[in-house]
Amino acid sequence: MRYLPLTQPDREAMLAVIGAPDIDALFADVPASARLDGPIAGLPMHASEMLVERDLSAMANRNLTAGAVPFFVGCGAYKHHVPATVDHIIQRGEFLTAYTPYQPEIAQGTLQVLFEFQTQVARLLGMDVANASMYDGSTAMTEAVFMARRVTRRSKAIVSGGVHPHYVAVLNTLTRFTDDEIITATPELTPGKPGDDLDQLIAGIDATTSCVVVQNPNIFGHVADLTPLADACHAAGALLIVVITEVVALGAIKSPGEMGADIVVGEGQSIGNGLNFGGPYLGLFATRDKLVRQMPGRLCGETVDADGKRGFVLTLSTREQHIRREKATSNICTNSGLCALAFSVHMTLLGEKGLRHLAALNHARAVQLAERLALIPGVELVTTSFFNEFTLKLPVEARPVIRKLAERQVLGGVSLGRIFPGVAALENGLVVAVTETATDADFDAFEDALDEVLA
Amino acid sequence: MSMNTVGRVTRLSGAPATELPGGITFTGNRALMLEEPLIFERGAVDRCGVDLPEVPAVASRLGTLGRTAPIDLPGLSEPEAVRHYTRLSRQNYAIDLGIFPLGSCTMKHNPRLNEKMARLPGFADIHPLQPQSSVQGALQLIDVLATWLMRLTGMPAVAMSPKAGAHGELCGMLAIRAALEARGDARKVVLVPESAHGTNPATAAFCGYAVENIPANARGRVDVDALKARLGPDVAAVMITNPNTCGLFEPDMVEICAAVHAAGGFVYCDGANFNAIVGRVRPGDLGIDAMHINLHKTFSTPHGGGGPGSGPVVLSEALAPFAPLPFVRKSKDGFELVEEELAGPNSQSFGRMVAFHGQMGMFTRALAYMMSHGADGLRQVAEDAVLNANYILASLKDIYTAPFAASGPCMHEALFSDDFLHDTGLTTLDLAKAMIDEGFHPMTMYFPLVVHGAMLVEPTETESKASLDQLIGAMRSVAERMLESPDDFRTSPHLAPRRRLDETAAARKPVLGYKPPLSDAA
Repeated sequence: MRYLPLTQPDREAMLAVIGAPDIDALFADVPASARLDGPIAGLPMHASEMLVERDLSAMANRNLTAGAVPFFVGCGAYKHHVPATVDHIIQRGEFLTAYTPYQPEIAQGTLQVLFEFQTQVARLLGMDVANASMYDGSTAMTEAVFMARRVTRRSKAIVSGGVHPHYVAVLNTLTRFTDDEIITATPELTPGKPGDDLDQLIAGIDATTSCVVVQNPNIFGHVADLTPLADACHAAGALLIVVITEVVALGAIKSPGEMGADIVVGEGQSIGNGLNFGGPYLGLFATRDKLVRQMPGRLCGETVDADGKRGFVLTLSTREQHIRREKATSNICTNSGLCALAFSVHMTLLGEKGLRHLAALNHARAVQLAERLALIPGVELVTTSFFNEFTLKLPVEARPVIRKLAERQVLGGVSLGRIFPGVAALENGLVVAVTETATDADFDAFEDALDEVLA
Repeated sequence: MSMNTVGRVTRLSGAPATELPGGITFTGNRALMLEEPLIFERGAVDRCGVDLPEVPAVASRLGTLGRTAPIDLPGLSEPEAVRHYTRLSRQNYAIDLGIFPLGSCTMKHNPRLNEKMARLPGFADIHPLQPQSSVQGALQLIDVLATWLMRLTGMPAVAMSPKAGAHGELCGMLAIRAALEARGDARKVVLVPESAHGTNPATAAFCGYAVENIPANARGRVDVDALKARLGPDVAAVMITNPNTCGLFEPDMVEICAAVHAAGGFVYCDGANFNAIVGRVRPGDLGIDAMHINLHKTFSTPHGGGGPGSGPVVLSEALAPFAPLPFVRKSKDGFELVEEELAGPNSQSFGRMVAFHGQMGMFTRALAYMMSHGADGLRQVAEDAVLNANYILASLKDIYTAPFAASGPCMHEALFSDDFLHDTGLTTLDLAKAMIDEGFHPMTMYFPLVVHGAMLVEPTETESKASLDQLIGAMRSVAERMLESPDDFRTSPHLAPRRRLDETAAARKPVLGYKPPLSDAA
């Protein structure tokens, strides 16, 4: 077998050194009732590289890929062009096949990347400090709510109806067996400000509120000024948690930090990482300096070595499970290291100039398409202030429309009925995302297909 | 000199080692060892390594919410960026460079076929919210991988969405909590052996349980009598790692599971060490209720410098109804992704754990690996992993303290301690750093906590005998020289890109992002 270097003579020589008669002797502790005599039944035997490639390619070929058709699907995962350099760098064995940098003297590559990543993320989100990444945006948001509870010693979180419903579902799962109180709202497709009313959120804040969680741009693409909400939170001693699912937006819109956020979490997939059917992705987490010791997740910090040279180490690990065990800030024991590297390489290639250009391009293209689709009879553009994603209200239920568009080889967005099942007021909503990858021909195809399906 | 929280020395002074005439180079480089500044020191905000189309002129929809203040993100041209990251990469040790014998971490060869398969556009370029009719091949892949995991473990169900091992633990413990609540049973305590990974007690606490430790016996196994004595109507679950973190199989696992079940509790098995038994033992045959499988350990998906991982959880019949959403099932028209709560007897799911469906990129890699090995090859994986570890144990136990060697063979990792260095004043940390100068990544240090000065060596099955012989030779030589001339080893490493780094200073005054020197900021 190509991955196993030992030869049969090697094995015999090694057993002789060990003093064991055969390999079974090394498994003597396994109870007799659980010993298997041979390969497990019902599974195939070993296969050549060529055969594996053939079988898996057959499965891959059954999927309709984003790059093959006009593609406008978003809602938490976005198709952006990733420069070839990014994949080249992350496939270097020194990055790909390294472990968590617990021996910093021989892991400065990974550590310096994490230090650079943390700095890039903090600046992008407008915050003081970011961690070395989390699993994804949804788990990062849940960790933020727990952090707010530790900081404020209050247990009530108010969650905006504009937050990605799957993120809210994750929070509800992980607070099911705790005494946290999670206040959620059902969003509405109010023209001009779909989601929920910030004034209503503000009215709900009281002395027991640990945090308000709001997404910007929200799940409907709506961009809001969160400054009044931040002020209201701070006046009540609560934290403002801002969720970002499309980080490219921050090249065009005011950062959460500028609007007064205390914790910013997000999904970083848009920069450097492909769609990958939902994972692996990249959870972003940033906060203010004064709250850093309540932050979950790995952190990389600068220090010096015995010769006084600058170097980097994992730090503040007394917050973490391998030291604190049941008293840790989180049970998390991993980050999305390679995804963070991909993000950092792409962000370095873009720089501020490139990021602003990319964001402006996304916005302009989305405005162009939104204005075209809004002309289709019966179609209403619900989101008027948006970045690269907007919600249309169709004259009919959107879920079957999406399927009919797919039959016409157009992936035309996400129906609100899929992500908010059972909410009748939302079922005609269609969320459309437009990135730099969509061409004029894609716009034409989408417009024609939607016209046809709605006719 | 100072100590970190587990008592090991982290800061030492020492003269720089150099053989260079004059002692310095202009660049600070040492031939192929190249120093590399931060992107913030070499890039500029107006430099860009990406060419983008012109932005069409439209009326902005952002009003006053446009970002006008500087973001201060430096860019580099493509050649500069490639060089920056390539130079940084060369300061890393990696499995591609040599043996990475980190106990409990299973650093095995990462086949490049896996990378190629994960990058097929049909897997890499599909969106999690595309219509299900357009992703039937992806759902099929998840279903096939799930079948492999269930058959390899002998368990009837598997939850695929957890993103890493600790996330899988959370999944399993939430299922246990949900199952107990469904029968109106408000148990409050989870028992965890003191040798457990730190994630186990952290996870149990996250699920609202009080954690109590179970002691180990003199043979490095769970003290079964102590465990049984503690079982009762308040114990929700026992979390056991098997093979355990001392690298030993728990021979009483069947008896333990039966006792826990008889007391009305559940058994969570930490599957971090599944590599030792894959294809030879099905954990389901031992009686467990839930176990996570680190695809990045046993099934060779790359660790990537700390992630991403993937931690599917196999579940018993009793826990299966409580598995998280979403999940894939076969329907008459093909494969279906069930994202919503169902009516009827299956409506007990404890909910959603992640935004989408799990680590698809890792699923593809793991399945490519499983298909390559097959049922026969995976059995050989466990056998060679265990053989390699026992070969190391047998070859070093005369010089290294091996606390449990007398109790018989180990599984996939060999546990030593630094007792043999006691008179030298040297510790496990010093030995690990000396191994760095020898060109190896050190073994796991100071874990498990039940052995003072622990050194946990896990070679995995992808090392040749020659590779093991070189590691053994180096470990013997270092140990002998440490006993002879201990003072030569108090400030190792000398030859790595950095000398010992001051972790204490890093934690005392954290610098967690780049700040320009004051003169620049003015």
